[in-house]
Amino acid sequence: MTEPMLKVTDLHAFYGKSHVLRGVNLEIMPGEVIALLGRNGVGRSTTAKAIMGEVAPKGEILFKGQPIAGLESHKIARLGLGYVPEARDIFPTMTVRQNLILGVKNMRKPGKHSIDQMLDMFPNLRERADNPAGVLSGGEKQMLTMCRTLMGDPDLIIIDEPTEGLAPKIVHRIGDMIADIARTGVAILLIEQKLSIALRIAHRVYVMGHGEIVYSGTPEDFRTRDDIRAEWLEV
Amino acid sequence: METIVFALVNGVIYGLLLFMLSSGLTLIFSMMGVLNFAHASFYMLGAFFAYTIMGATSFWLALIFAPILVGLIGAAVERYGLRRVHVNGHVAELLFTFGLAYLIEEIVKIVYGKTAVNYRVPSILDFPAVQIYGADLPAYRIFMLFVAMAMLIGLWLLLRRTRAGLIIQAALSHPHMVGHLGHNVPLIFMTVFGIGCALAGLAGVIAGNIFVTDPSMAVQMGPIVFVVVVVGGIGSLEGAFVASLLIGLLQNLAVGINASFADIFGFLGLTSASEVGSITVSSLGPVLPFLLLVLILIFRPQGLMGEREL
Repeated sequence: MTEPMLKVTDLHAFYGKSHVLRGVNLEIMPGEVIALLGRNGVGRSTTAKAIMGEVAPKGEILFKGQPIAGLESHKIARLGLGYVPEARDIFPTMTVRQNLILGVKNMRKPGKHSIDQMLDMFPNLRERADNPAGVLSGGEKQMLTMCRTLMGDPDLIIIDEPTEGLAPKIVHRIGDMIADIARTGVAILLIEQKLSIALRIAHRVYVMGHGEIVYSGTPEDFRTRDDIRAEWLEV
Repeated sequence: METIVFALVNGVIYGLLLFMLSSGLTLIFSMMGVLNFAHASFYMLGAFFAYTIMGATSFWLALIFAPILVGLIGAAVERYGLRRVHVNGHVAELLFTFGLAYLIEEIVKIVYGKTAVNYRVPSILDFPAVQIYGADLPAYRIFMLFVAMAMLIGLWLLLRRTRAGLIIQAALSHPHMVGHLGHNVPLIFMTVFGIGCALAGLAGVIAGNIFVTDPSMAVQMGPIVFVVVVVGGIGSLEGAFVASLLIGLLQNLAVGINASFADIFGFLGLTSASEVGSITVSSLGPVLPFLLLVLILIFRPQGLMGEREL
C-alpha cells in the first residue's frame, strides 16, 4: 500500500471565535482525483485555505509524509502543492504570458510545461497571449489560473469552485481540462458544487457538512445514496 | 525668459528628487496599506551617511554605499519591526512608523549634533557647467539630473522588464496568490521596503549637500512627499512621477515670479501699500503643494492616476 500524498487528520480552523472546521479527516493518493462536495458555507474553501497556509490550521496535515500545517504558503507551494483559489486571482494588468511566467517557481529549473506548450493546448489563450489578463472571459481566466499553477509542476492541485459563474458549455470544457490534467498523473482535490462534473472525473467523493466530512465513497456508491444527497447537498 | 528656463530646470531636478522619495513611499504603501511616516527619515539618513563616508573616503563611495546602508537599515526595520507590528493592524503600523521617525531624528541629533553638518558638493562638480542667458547652471545640478534619470530608468526596467519586477508587482496586489505560486512574499516585502528606503537614501545623498543636512531635514521634506503620493494617486508609480514633476515645477515657477498681488490685481484698485497687495507670488510657492493636496482630496480622492480612494 502506497502512502497517501496528502493526509489531513483532525483539522480545525477558526475565523475569530467561530469554529469553522471541526475535525476534518481526508486522504488523497498519488494521481487520485477527489471531489469535495457540500453546500455553501460548510467549510470546503476553508479546508483548502487551511491546507495552503492561508488560514491558521490546528491539526495534522501531511504532504508526501511531511508535516506542513502552519508552514508559510510559499514553502507549501514549493513542496509541490498547487492551489487554484475560488477568486481565480489572475494578475489583471499583466499579460497572459506574464501570468504564466509568474507560475514558474524557479527559472533555472523549468518544469515539465513550457509556456508555448500551454498556449498550444489552449488556443484561446494563445490568441490573447500578449493582452492584459483582465480582459479575458470568466472561462479563459479559469483556464489561465489552472495553467499558471501547472507551470509550477505541482504533484497535487487544490481547485476551488472552478466552474462558478460560467456558462454550461464552458463548464463542460473546464471539466475536460481537469480530467486532462489528472491524466498527466497530477492528483486533484476538486471543490465543486456541480455533481455532473464532480462525478464524471472523480475517483472518490467526500461530502462535507458543518465543518466535518460526513460521507466518503466512490462515485458509483454516491449515486445510490439519495439520503446523503438529500441531507447534505440539496438546497 | 531666463527666470522661466531656470525655474523649469530646477523644477525638473526638484521634481525628480521628489520622485526618488515618493516612488519608494508609494511602493511601500501598496505593500503595507498605510503611509510610512518615517520615509523621509531615511532620506535624512542618506545625507548624514554620505557626509560621514565622504569625510572618510570620497563622494563617489558615499554615492554608492550610503544608499545601500540606508536600504539595509530599512530592510531590517521591516524584518524585525514592521512585520511583527503588522499582525496588530494598520493603526499599530502607522504609530510604529510615526515613532520611528522621531527615534531616527533623535539618534541623528545624538550622533551628529543639533545643527547642520558641513556636507558639501564635491569640488570636482563644483563649477558652473553651462551658461543660460548669462547665468550659471552649476555642474552639480546637471549631475543630479543624471542620477535621477538613471534611477528612474533603472526602476522602470526592474519593475517592467524583469521577472523579479513582475513578481514584486503581483505581490503588491495579490500577496496570497503569489505565495501560493511558490514565491517568498515576506522576502519580497522586505526587499521592496529596503529598495524604497535606499532610493530615499539616494535622494538624501544627492540633495543633502545643496540643501542643508541637519536633523530637521526629514520633517521639512516629509509632508511634501506625502502630498506627492496623495496627489499622484496612492500606490501608483506613474501618478507619483507626474505629481513629483508637477509639484517640482509649480513650486519653482511660483518662486521665480517676482510679481505681487498689487501688480496682478492692480486693475481692481489693489495697491502694494495694502497687506494683500504686498503678497508676492513667490511667497506662495510653499503653499501651492498643500493647496493642491486639499483640492485633490475634495475633488479627486483617488488622486491623479490612482485606482483606489484613500
